[in-house]
This record gives sequence, C-alpha cells and structure tokens, in this order.
Amino acid sequence: MPILALSRRSGRQIGAALLLATAAAIAAPSIAAAQTTLRIGMTAADIPRTLGQPDQGFEGNRFTGLTMYDGLVNWDLSSAEKASTLTPGLATEWKVDDADKTKWVFKLRPGVTFHDGSPFTADAVVWNVNKVLNKEAPQFDASQVGVTASRMPTLVSAKKIDDLTVEFTTKEPDSFLPYNLTNLFVVSPAKWQALYDKAEGADAKAKAAAAWTAFAADASGTGPWKMTKFVPRERLELAKNDAYWDKARVPKTDRMVLLPMPEANARTAALLAGQVDWIEAPAPDALPQLQSRGFQIYKNEQPHVWPWQFSRVEGSPWNDIRVRKAANLCIDREGMKDGLLGGLMVPATGTFEPGHPWRGDVTFKIKHDVKEAQKLMKEAGYGPDKKLKVKNQTSASGSGQMMPLPMNEYLQQALAECYFDVALDVVEWNTLFTNWRRGAKDPTANGSNSINVTYAAMDPFFALVRFLQSGMAPPVSNNWGFNNNPEFDTLVKTARSTFDPAERDKALAALHAASVNDAAFLYVAHDVGPRAMSPKVKGVIQPKSWFIDFSPITITP
Amino acid sequence: MLLYVLRRIIYVIPIVISVALVCFLLVHMTPGDPLVAVLPPDASQELAAQLRAAYGFDRPLPVQFAIWFWNALHGNLGTSIATGRPVFTEVMRAVGNTFILAVTASIIGFVLGVFFGLIAGYFRNTWVDKVATGIAVTGVSVPHYWLGMVLVIIFSVTLNWLPAVGAGPGGWAWDWEHIRFLILPAVTMSVIPMGIVTRTVRALTGDILSQDFVEALRSKGLKERQVFRHIVKNAAPTAIAVMGLQLGYLLGGSILIETVFSWPGTGFLLNSAIFQRDLPLLQGTILVLALFFVFLNLIVDVAQAAIDPRIKRS
Repeated sequence: MPILALSRRSGRQIGAALLLATAAAIAAPSIAAAQTTLRIGMTAADIPRTLGQPDQGFEGNRFTGLTMYDGLVNWDLSSAEKASTLTPGLATEWKVDDADKTKWVFKLRPGVTFHDGSPFTADAVVWNVNKVLNKEAPQFDASQVGVTASRMPTLVSAKKIDDLTVEFTTKEPDSFLPYNLTNLFVVSPAKWQALYDKAEGADAKAKAAAAWTAFAADASGTGPWKMTKFVPRERLELAKNDAYWDKARVPKTDRMVLLPMPEANARTAALLAGQVDWIEAPAPDALPQLQSRGFQIYKNEQPHVWPWQFSRVEGSPWNDIRVRKAANLCIDREGMKDGLLGGLMVPATGTFEPGHPWRGDVTFKIKHDVKEAQKLMKEAGYGPDKKLKVKNQTSASGSGQMMPLPMNEYLQQALAECYFDVALDVVEWNTLFTNWRRGAKDPTANGSNSINVTYAAMDPFFALVRFLQSGMAPPVSNNWGFNNNPEFDTLVKTARSTFDPAERDKALAALHAASVNDAAFLYVAHDVGPRAMSPKVKGVIQPKSWFIDFSPITITP
Repeated sequence: MLLYVLRRIIYVIPIVISVALVCFLLVHMTPGDPLVAVLPPDASQELAAQLRAAYGFDRPLPVQFAIWFWNALHGNLGTSIATGRPVFTEVMRAVGNTFILAVTASIIGFVLGVFFGLIAGYFRNTWVDKVATGIAVTGVSVPHYWLGMVLVIIFSVTLNWLPAVGAGPGGWAWDWEHIRFLILPAVTMSVIPMGIVTRTVRALTGDILSQDFVEALRSKGLKERQVFRHIVKNAAPTAIAVMGLQLGYLLGGSILIETVFSWPGTGFLLNSAIFQRDLPLLQGTILVLALFFVFLNLIVDVAQAAIDPRIKRS
C-alpha cells in the first residue's frame, strides 16, 4: 500500500514535472527569440583592453571604451551629416575660471551609478585622474598612462570641490581640455577597491596590478553596455544597461558580442556564413559580392588624413612652397578613389573638408591641375630634363594606412608627370611609427624628405597642433618635419587661449586655412571607415567619426 | 635505459639556455619601440622615459636578460605590455588551444598518412600507389592557408555547414558546439603531415619488402596478414619519429592557419605579439614553444629507444 501510495504521488509529480517541462519547452524558444544579439567582427587581433583605457587606437575606444564607459565629455554621434562635436557626458557643464585660465570647473551629472551599483561622484573623477597622473596613488597604473596622459597633455591634477563639482588644473591655459577629456574613461573606484582588497600578497604595487587584471575581466563603468563575459583573445560579451542615465541611449539590442578577426577575408567569410552580423573593414574585393547578396555597406568621411608630411629641415626640396603646391595639384584623387580604392576614400583638400567648423577660409584650392603644377615646378627651376628627386618613407601596411604601397606607387606615377622623381623607402609599420617620433633629422629618416603616416583629426591637438607648432618638433611630439612657421605658432597660441567655443572654432579655422594655404602637407585622402552588415541590422547611423553609437541599433532575430 | 634517459636530459640544459638567449636577443634586435602598444607616437619624451623606466627597458640589455631568465626559471615570464595579463597565463591558454588543434590535425594526418603510405608501398607501382602518392604530393604542395580559404568558401560560405572562424563560445569543451569550429582548421593543418607521413611510410614499406627477412617469413609459411604486421612493426619507429617532428611543428602553431581561422592559439598570439612589439609576450611564447620542441624531441628519442633496443645500445 505505501508503495502504491508513493507510486501515485510519484505519478502526479512526474505528470506535473512533464507539464512544467512542456510549458518550459514551449516558452523557451519565445524567451530565446525575445533576446536579440548583435555579433561584430572587429579588425583587432585581440579584444582591446577593457579596464577603462583601451589600447589599439580608436578602434579600442569604439568597442571597449565608449560602450562600457563614459567620459566627462562625450562625442555626439547622432548625425551622419554634420561633423561630430562634443556633448555633455558625466559632466553636465564646464567653465574655465575667469581669473585663472588654468583652472576649470566641471559640474557632474547627479544620480548616475556604476554597473556595480556604486554612485558616481567627484571622488570617482579625482580617483580616475589619479590613476594616470599621480604616481603615488594606489590605483596608479603605468600601462594606462601612455594612451591617456598623452591625449590630455596639459592636465596636471583634479580636485574635489563638492560631491558634484570638480576643479581641473592645467599647466598652461588650454581651451582644448574638454576635447582631451573625451579620452579619460571613468571606471568604478568601488569595484577596483573590492578587487584590490581581495588580491593576495602584502606588496601594494603587486596587489594593484592584480586588481587591474581582475578588473579587466569583470569591468564596471557607467556606460550603456555592461560586461557579461570576457574570454581574452576570443570574445567579449556585453549586455544592455537598462539603468543607463541617458534614457534616449539605452541600447535597443539586448546583447552585443565582439569577436577579434584581424584577417579581412576571414571577417568577410564570417559575415557571409552568418557567423556575425557586422564586420569592420570588409575585404575591398568582396564588396560587390556582399552587396549582391543583400548585405549593407556603410561608410562615411572620417576625421582621418592620409598625407605626406614634408621635411622642412635645411636643404629639403619641400621648403619651396611652389614645389609643395605643385605636388598637391598634380594628384588625380578622383582617379585614385574610383580606380584604385573602389570608392572607399574621400579626396582630401585639407585636414578638414568644407562644412567642418574648423575648415576656414582656404584660398589654395587643392584640385587636379597638372598644367598649373607643371608651371609652378618650372618656376621653381625644374622640368622634363631636370626632375626633382624626392624620397618618401612609408610602410607596407598598418592601422589607418589604407593601401599604402599601391597608393604611394600611384602618387609616384602621378608626380612623375610634374617633374618629380619619387623614391619610396618602405619600412615595417611599427618601425615607421617609431621613426615618426624621431623626426626628419634622425638617421632613421634614411634620406627621406617626407613621411607617410596617417593621422586622426578628431580634436585640435591631434589634427593640427602637434604637426604645426614649432615646439612640437621631435622629441616632443609629431612635428616630424620641423615645421617652423611663426604664423602657425601665433594661431595655435590664440586658439589655445580662446575659451569661448565659437571664437575658439574661428581661431582653429584660421589655423587650418593657414596650413592648407601653405600646403603644409601633401593632402591625399580621408578614410571612410567601411563596414558591412547583415540586412537584419537596422538603425545604423555612421557619423563622421572614428566612433559609432551602438545604442539605436536593432537586429531582427 | 635510465642512464640513456639521464644523458639525454643533461643534453637539454645547454640547449634551454641557448634557446633563451637567442630568443631574447632576437626580439630585442628587431627595430621598433617595445612600448608602442601603450605609448602613442605623440606621447611626450618625459612620458616615454617614465614608461621605459616603469617597464625596465632603461636598463642595460645583459641586466634585462639576467632578470628575465631568472624570473623565467621561477615560472614567471612577466606581464604582457599590451594586455597587462601575465605572459604565462596568456601563453598557456594559447598553447592549450594550439594543442587541441595540433593533436587533432596530427591524428588525422598520421592515420591517413600511415594508411596511404602502407597501401602505396605494399601495392607499389600500381594505380593504388599512384593515387595514394598523388594525394601525398598534393598535401605537401598545396599552400595550407589557400586550402583553408577554399574550405571556408565551400563549407562555411556556400554550404553553411561549419563556422568560418573562431574557437566556439569561449573555453574549450569536447561538444559539437566547439568541435564544429575545430574541423576546418584541423583538416587544413593535417594535409602537410599527412603527405609527409604517406611518403615516409611508402618508402619504408618498399624498403622493408625488399629485405631478406620478409622472404624468410614468407618461406616459413606465414600468412600475408602476419607478414604485413611485421612490416608495420619495422616501419613504426621511423614513422613515429617523423610524426613526432611534425607534431612539434604543428604545436609551434601555424601563424597562417590560426590567422585565417582566428584560432586563438600560439600562432595567433605570436602574430599579435609581433605586430604590437609586445616583447615579454613574444619572448615568453617563443621560449615556451622552443622548450616544447626540445622536450618533444626528448620524448621521441626515449620512445624510439624503448621500441628499438639498437638505438639504446648505440
């Protein structure tokens, strides 16, 4: 009898369990279907660093910076038409001190919390500044200093005024500080401290290093995406942050999976095979196939310049402005765009194109005019029988270099028409990058009187100042050619010390116009940041920026 | 036997020191800045000097080597400049992934190679031999990164049967969700060892068949199946030695295959370390791979001695 009773009870239990299982089985697909996941193949060979200050250039900031973190100042990425400008991030407003222009006051956004639930306050801002600027701070991390401190070169310190107010000090008056602060991502001090307390050992430095390593695997910021899974060199999984402070930017997709795929053909194959929904930089040859199979191609002019940077040291042939202008007029950029790059470039007529607030009144119109170029070269003393020998140092590949060898060979051929005899000195990308820092006078220039290193033009310092100001010559920064033009120096000083945004933009426009009118570079191309994606991906706005906002993107399951 | 093993282990010590020295010098001889991953080109000189000191690159090279080698002897290969993670963990994770790929490719290559080699050698100068030899020559000649791309186009892009890249949803497990990521890279990687083993075994089989003892076995009345077993036994030590070396090569990781398939193994790791000039990671990976090779040779030598007593006596 007890056995029978047990059996009956068991039978009921089994029946109930079966019912539940059936219900769960029916419900499960709909629950799974409700979850939307965006899978992206990056060009990076590894997941960019996740601990707050990403490596791997702006691709790093795009995927592991702006997704999980915010800066005090963010980029407005909401438009594909206008140039991307600054917008309040974790700071709601900022102002330079009228009496002392080296002091800035930033008002912080109230009610923001980190992913771990701890509150965002002025203490967190000071802590984050100290992680890269204060060697005595326990959280100081040398590995984050390089990519951060160099992008905010004048910032000295931060001081808490009250819970929602911070004062920044710069070593000289610097109106570019708000731009620079887009590079400082704010991580959770509470989370780091918890990991520090858990770390073993007595040595504070070793504990701090262990805490940062642990933080990278279990990160906490304030951004629209939260880390859910991190497998080094394989994948990073993010989930939407429903509690994000900017309700308009709460992601519309539930999950995002980031996969490193450094090889262009492999990325393209992964997209075609349906393994990912979105790839960065598809193989150019595959674009027609991708489009014919219904995949969408997005591109837009990026704040990026593919130039030849001239040497202006004594004896350089580029010291003659007629020669610099002739080179700029000799290039058929449209031909390069359509014939060589399959439409994946924008012809450059300066660092900034018309419509950009820093374009300015450019009087030297860069176009394809071989006759005018030849005329200028003849005036400078060259001709078909007396060609000007120049040598350009470049690389065979590299981030942002697009197709450096075919593009340089194209220039070599084009410039031959205008009495140039161009030699190319091809070195490995990393070597070229190192040589860039050493300058045209260094033996590493190997007799080159120009160098071909592409550059990002997001903010005034990166786009203009580091190349044009005489004080930025090596070893200080990237004025490789030792440009020494008093007009540029004056305009840089004016721009840096003009704090009204509209007036500062005017000053920067004047600086840019002066540099184009001086033909300071051989301006060739802007990259367009091509990306290909499945037709299931909707709501993509590709701004004129290195970055993109993943929040408005939806994907059909 | 024990003495033989000890002698072989003692030979390994100077090799290990030489390997460490060579790999340290090689990576330091390459041009470029080791801090490129963490120091943008626009960084100030002061900042560059500060970081150089923080990472110990301001010290003389012999001092850097001594510190690195001493730490390496204690199992500490330093910290990756680019990722900040311990090199040992990074390398071992990659070694684990490459091990899965290499062993799978070796098994495929060895089994197919021995099969084709034996039938080609046994049926020498027949159409069977020609087909098997043709497969071997193709396996050795085809560029494997090209073959990888072709397989991806057929099985991933066109048929949608297998994934094109990656190693699965993270963390290895022997289930279909992961194994389907392994098939294409493993098959691609197996063609070269398959070709080499086929050719070796074919030549050995032919050579053994022409020896007097085979005739003696047959004249003693042994069945052909039993004679064949003797041929296999005689061919085994050389085939194992060849496969051991092949496994060593495969464990070294194939930069091309792992890059084509984004397989997170040692080849993929080396590729990324080279491009980022991540010297600690580069040194650590090369050292670990070189040591693998050294120890694999040691194991093969010992295994050969165990199988063939003549080697031990010599």
